[in-house]
Amino acid sequence: MNVHHPHALRRRALGAYAGLAALMGILVIGFFRIQVLSGEDAKLKAASNRIRTLPVPAPRGTIYDRHGEIIADNVPGYQVTILPGPADSVRATLDRMAGYMHLSDARIERVMRTLQAYGREVVVDTDASFEAVAALEERRTEFSGVYVEMRPRRRYQLGGSAGHLTGYIGEITREELDSEAFPEDVYEAGMMVGKIGIERQYESSLQGAQGVRTVEFDARGRIVGNFGGAVSRAAEPGRDLHLNLDKGLQDWVRQIFPDSMSGAIVALDPADGGVLALYSAPGYDPNLFTGGIDEITWAALNADEQKPLFDRSVLGLYAPASTWKLASAGIALDLGVVTPDEVMPEPCTGAYFFGDRFFHCWQRQGHGYNTLAEAIGNSCDIYFYQLGERIGLSRLLVRSNEIGFASRCGVDLPQESRGVFPDSPQWWVDNWGYRPREGETLNLAIGQGPNSQTPLKMAQFYLALARDGSAPAPRIAKDANVEVGWELNLDPEHIAALQEGLRRVTAVGGTAHIRTALEYWDVVGKTGTGQNPLSVRGLAEDHAWFAGLAGPPGEPPEIVVVAIVEYGASGGQVAAPLVSKTADFYLRRKYGIPVDTIQTYWDHISTGPIPQWYRERFPEAFRTRPAASSQGATPGPGDTR
Amino acid sequence: MIRLLGHWAIDRQLVGSIIGLSVFGIVMIYSAGQVNVPNVVTERAWVRQIQWFMLALVAFSVLSRVPLRWIEWAAIPSYAISILLLAATLVIGEGRGTASGVKSWIDMGPLSFQPAEVAKLATILALAQLLAQKEAGLNSLRELVAPGLMVAVPLMLVLRQPDLGTALAFVGILFAMLYWAATPVWLLLLCASPVLGLFISYDTGIWSIYILFVIGCLFFMRYRLSLLESSAVVLANFATATISRPLWDSLAAYQQNRILVYLDPQVDPRGAGYQVIQSKLAIGSGEFGGQGFTAGAQKRFDFLPEQHTDFIFAVVGEEFGFVGAALALLAFAFVLSRLVRMASHLGESQAFAGLVLLGIFGAWLVHVFVNIGMTIGVVPITGIPLPFVSYGGTFLLMSWVAVAIAVRVAHERP
Repeated sequence: MNVHHPHALRRRALGAYAGLAALMGILVIGFFRIQVLSGEDAKLKAASNRIRTLPVPAPRGTIYDRHGEIIADNVPGYQVTILPGPADSVRATLDRMAGYMHLSDARIERVMRTLQAYGREVVVDTDASFEAVAALEERRTEFSGVYVEMRPRRRYQLGGSAGHLTGYIGEITREELDSEAFPEDVYEAGMMVGKIGIERQYESSLQGAQGVRTVEFDARGRIVGNFGGAVSRAAEPGRDLHLNLDKGLQDWVRQIFPDSMSGAIVALDPADGGVLALYSAPGYDPNLFTGGIDEITWAALNADEQKPLFDRSVLGLYAPASTWKLASAGIALDLGVVTPDEVMPEPCTGAYFFGDRFFHCWQRQGHGYNTLAEAIGNSCDIYFYQLGERIGLSRLLVRSNEIGFASRCGVDLPQESRGVFPDSPQWWVDNWGYRPREGETLNLAIGQGPNSQTPLKMAQFYLALARDGSAPAPRIAKDANVEVGWELNLDPEHIAALQEGLRRVTAVGGTAHIRTALEYWDVVGKTGTGQNPLSVRGLAEDHAWFAGLAGPPGEPPEIVVVAIVEYGASGGQVAAPLVSKTADFYLRRKYGIPVDTIQTYWDHISTGPIPQWYRERFPEAFRTRPAASSQGATPGPGDTR
Repeated sequence: MIRLLGHWAIDRQLVGSIIGLSVFGIVMIYSAGQVNVPNVVTERAWVRQIQWFMLALVAFSVLSRVPLRWIEWAAIPSYAISILLLAATLVIGEGRGTASGVKSWIDMGPLSFQPAEVAKLATILALAQLLAQKEAGLNSLRELVAPGLMVAVPLMLVLRQPDLGTALAFVGILFAMLYWAATPVWLLLLCASPVLGLFISYDTGIWSIYILFVIGCLFFMRYRLSLLESSAVVLANFATATISRPLWDSLAAYQQNRILVYLDPQVDPRGAGYQVIQSKLAIGSGEFGGQGFTAGAQKRFDFLPEQHTDFIFAVVGEEFGFVGAALALLAFAFVLSRLVRMASHLGESQAFAGLVLLGIFGAWLVHVFVNIGMTIGVVPITGIPLPFVSYGGTFLLMSWVAVAIAVRVAHERP
């Protein structure tokens, strides 16, 4: 039989049709499954293929000062970001970008490393210029995986005047992401967060909530349509923050601080402990950090011997020296072991025998019999030795610790040093290996011995003297939720006596008079000469302290200012004028009196004749001791300890 | 023009549907060029495809007038020449365009072509002549040796290029024509069994069951096959199972990857699996009705690979959805079944014509099934174009030459 007979052909044709139908059926079923049964899924996946959701940064809350003036705000900035991809092509893209914007080789290397480490988008430039962005936008197809976004850029209007206080922001680190302080539901990689200072302290409220936008990419990572994508959920701006700070004063404080010197100035409002100014010298400009600080500047800041990044106002620990005598006085009055008018049984003869040795007064000639106010005015060590004796070591330690000389003030800043002060006699055993004798009390009573305090802590103590003996914790933000402070149980007469003591320091004939006397305001305060490791060995000057209260004449103090100038030698000559000028500036503005750069009596007589206001305000300088001004014009014989 | 295409009258249905497919192909090539960031070459590809289509129609008109006698006469010489050309390609061949790794082109000044395309047709003609003489059919393995060798030579040469897709087309040609030459299906399956065993042998247990099954079949067929033939089948099965491991190791990494991602595209989603994943996403996101002509997002944003050549059917699926894909499949099914129908209506003296038609059927079926199957992951990815639709000049031309020969052989009564 011929296999090509028509009947045989038809039979085989059926087989061929069957085979064809089977294969086509497989295909049709395949298409049905993919397109009809799971088409929606594929559509979603295809969309996620090319559409990426990217964050819309929230504008950070504005920081205002007590008068509503802006301290930190946002200005429009452009951020350039690159998506991960094959290393070669990403590098090529970055190299091409370097032709249009400032992009160092080191920066490119760092971007490449981060891309490889995280496998997610990496910010190439947080603050690209408009020209660079325009150039990229024009050549969009050349820049695979590059997108540009408007990003509010932080601007610190006080610049270097308040770098430590405001702090700065930077990209969140992996460690921060892992920490509980940055909850996962709010924070994600790439966000800018407060690193230090107020920015860090109030991070959660300043931050706001990121929005979402979608950017469409093609397979080669080129952006389809708008470079920045379309916003699908707007960002929620962060909450504004109002500070107690006085912007003008903060800037003024930096201006008056001696150039090339280190130190700090703290100004508090006696009404509520609000921080009016908080300055650490030398400062740094937080604006340097907003675009990501470059390595050279960062290295320079770190290598600087004056340590500009170190916030002396809240972290620096200094021997408080004689400024601490007021603490002894306050504690003694609080305990009732002394009355303001009482004199100590032993007059000051320049030395005092206690235990088995002599304790000396800084004034070898002696001060004779002193009341409390006189003793403060003279800074008489002999008086305070005996006062310390009356308080006794254990009570001194307990009360000092209650006031918080071994703790933090609790100011609303992320970092603050704890004061150094023994909490019990055991402290000596633990640290130095011996039990303290009562003689230690004498040293502690005049601010010597194991006692180191921050400028802010000393300011908080003087706050109590400017008020009724109570001291709230200093607060930078207006609605700061800070710890409750402490209280000395002092009667108004006690306060008056202590303030009278302070007045003697700045009164005519007092060690700090000529450099603190002001036309409109009364300034009282206490000098201090803090020893430091270098000055003890005679290698440098002592640290100069001045803690003062100021206000309109006859009124309660309206500002507390503490200044310390490292290696400034003389509290009366170097630190006191800073306090006086700070208070003058603040009070003049408060009472609407024009501000002047010639402020203290010393300023006036250095630049011209004795001003009329001085003759009117301090007639005693001419009546009782006609030579006071000329005598005062030369620095006093020495400063108090 | 109408006169030139006068041979429509010979088979309006076949030629008409294939013209339809070719126009559809041009439309899809146009759409494939419509992307977000246009590329000068792919954007204008549809224009060049039109030019080739015109040329193909001319070639069709001319060749469909060539007397059958000439075709029969030319069969063996053209087979010999194409074998020589294929051999030459291995030496002087070049890679082209999207398949630059495959040395399949011969460049002759302004003209360049792929000898494998010619070889497919020449092999069909030569094999048809050989098989047409076997009036009693092929009933033993021994009789399959000669036709097998006839196809194996060009197949091995093509495989050396390496062009797996075209090699598969040769397999389709061989089996379709042997089937039409009345080779029993069980015998064809026995022939294929060593190849099947090759794939099964990755699991010794399953292969053991399989070889027992093959031996069982041979036992039941013992009266129709000699002992030698049966032994040859068993030995071949053992041989392929043994070499499967070294064969796998000898494959290039990309070839291994293609097979692995066929089993699971996610093993290498950015590399070898990328094409399948993106193609399936494109087709899937077409859903029932499609995203609309030129609007396919996967295609537009460059996620689709080879979108105007090997993966053009993914564009069809994305833009016209299941409806469009099914209609296109129906069109191909119609063309293919038309070839079978033409073959089944021939007289006893037209054995050559029937075999040629089935050879073309076998080749195209492999092209259609493998090309479309790979876009949805049913078949591993092999570089193989879709007849009449994929962009490519010589392939379109040679496909139309095949149409001309099919029409001619089927309708000239000797």
